[in-house]
Amino acid sequence: MKAWGDEQLERIVSGLLIAGVSLSAAVVLLGGFGFLWQHGAQVADYHTFRGVAQQYRSSRGVVRAATSLDWRGVVQLGLLMLIITPIARVAFSLVGFAVERDGTYAALTALVLAILIYSFVAPH
Amino acid sequence: MTNLEFTGLVLGISGVAGCLGALTGLGGGVVVTPALTLLLGVEIRYAIGASLVSVIATSSGAAAAYVREGYSSIRIGMFLETATTLGALLGAYLATRIPTGVLGIIFGVVLLHSAWASSRGRPKDMAGKPDSLADRLRLNGSYPGEHGPQSYQVTHVKTGWGLMFGAGTVSGLLGIGSGALKVIAMDQAMHVPFKVSTTTSNFMIGVTAAASAGIYLSRGYIEPALAMPVMLGVLAGSLLGARQLVGARVRVLRWIFAGVVAVMAIQMIVNGVRGM
Repeated sequence: MKAWGDEQLERIVSGLLIAGVSLSAAVVLLGGFGFLWQHGAQVADYHTFRGVAQQYRSSRGVVRAATSLDWRGVVQLGLLMLIITPIARVAFSLVGFAVERDGTYAALTALVLAILIYSFVAPH
Repeated sequence: MTNLEFTGLVLGISGVAGCLGALTGLGGGVVVTPALTLLLGVEIRYAIGASLVSVIATSSGAAAAYVREGYSSIRIGMFLETATTLGALLGAYLATRIPTGVLGIIFGVVLLHSAWASSRGRPKDMAGKPDSLADRLRLNGSYPGEHGPQSYQVTHVKTGWGLMFGAGTVSGLLGIGSGALKVIAMDQAMHVPFKVSTTTSNFMIGVTAAASAGIYLSRGYIEPALAMPVMLGVLAGSLLGARQLVGARVRVLRWIFAGVVAVMAIQMIVNGVRGM
C-alpha cells in the first residue's frame, strides 16, 4: 500500500479549499446579516468611486474593525480569509510534494509560492 | 434603491454569473463586472474589486469538487501556475507603461478569434505526437468519462507554457482572471480534454486572482457591502454549475463558452476604443 500519493494530496487539497471557502462564506454571511440589520433601509450608492475607508484596506485594520463588531469589518475579514485560501492551497501542496519526495514539483510549487508572497509584500 | 433591495438584486445576478463561470472555466468575474456597471451603474473600480473576490470564490468553490472527482489535474495546474504567476508579475510591471486602451483592443481581437476557434472544436487529425516532457513531468492522467476513467496524453508542453505565460501577463495587465486564455492554452495547444481544461483553469484562477487581490485591497477597491452579495451569489451559483458538469454535453459547453467569450471580447474592444 502506498502511504502517500496524488490521491491523498487531491483529497486534502479539496478539503482545504472547502474549509477555506465555507469558513469565509460563513463569516461574510454573518457580517452581511449584521450590516443589513443595521443599514438595510439606507440608500445604496456605488455610482462614484471614493475608495473604501482606510481601516478596510489592510489586514491589521480589518481584524481591528471586525473585533470591534463593525459589521462591514466582519464582512471584510471573511473576504480576507477567502483571498488567503488559494495561497494556503499552494503552501500545502508544497508540503505534499515534499512528503511525496517529488523534487521537481516541490521546486515548481516553491517558485509559485515565492512569487505569490513577493506580489503581496512588494510595494505597489 | 435601499441596501436590502440592492443586495438581493446583486445576489441574483451573481448567482447566474457563478453558474456560467463554473461551467465554462471562465470564472464568474467576466459576467459580474459588466452586469454591475451596465445594469446597476456601479463604478468600475468597485465592480472590479468585487468581481475579483468572486473570482476566488468561484475558483475555490468549484475546484474543491472538481479536484475530488478527479477532473482537475493538480500537476498540470501546478506546473502551469509557474507560467501564470511569472506572467502576472511581468504584466503588473508593464501595466504602468502601456496604454490600457490599446491593450483592451488587442486582447478583444485575440478573444474573438479564440471564441471562434473554440466553437469549432478540435480537429481529430491534429492529435499530435506524445511529448516526452509531459512524461517527465507526469502531466498525463485520466478523468471520469461516460464509460469509466478515460486517460489522456498531453502534447506541446512548451507551447502551452508560453501561452500560459501570456495569459498571466494579460491578468496582471488588465486585472482579470483570464480563464478564457487558460482554457485555450490547455485545450487547443496541449490537447488536454475540454472538461479537464475548464476545471483545471478553474483550479488555477484562484491563485492568479489572489496575487492581484492584495493590491486591490490596499487601493480601496474592495467595498465589503458590495462584495458580500457578489461573493455569496457567485459561490452558490458556481456550486450549482459544478453539479451540472458531469451530465453536461461538451458541445453545448463549447457554445456557451464561445458566446460568453465573444460578448466579453466586444465589450473590451468598445471600452478600449472609448478609453483612447
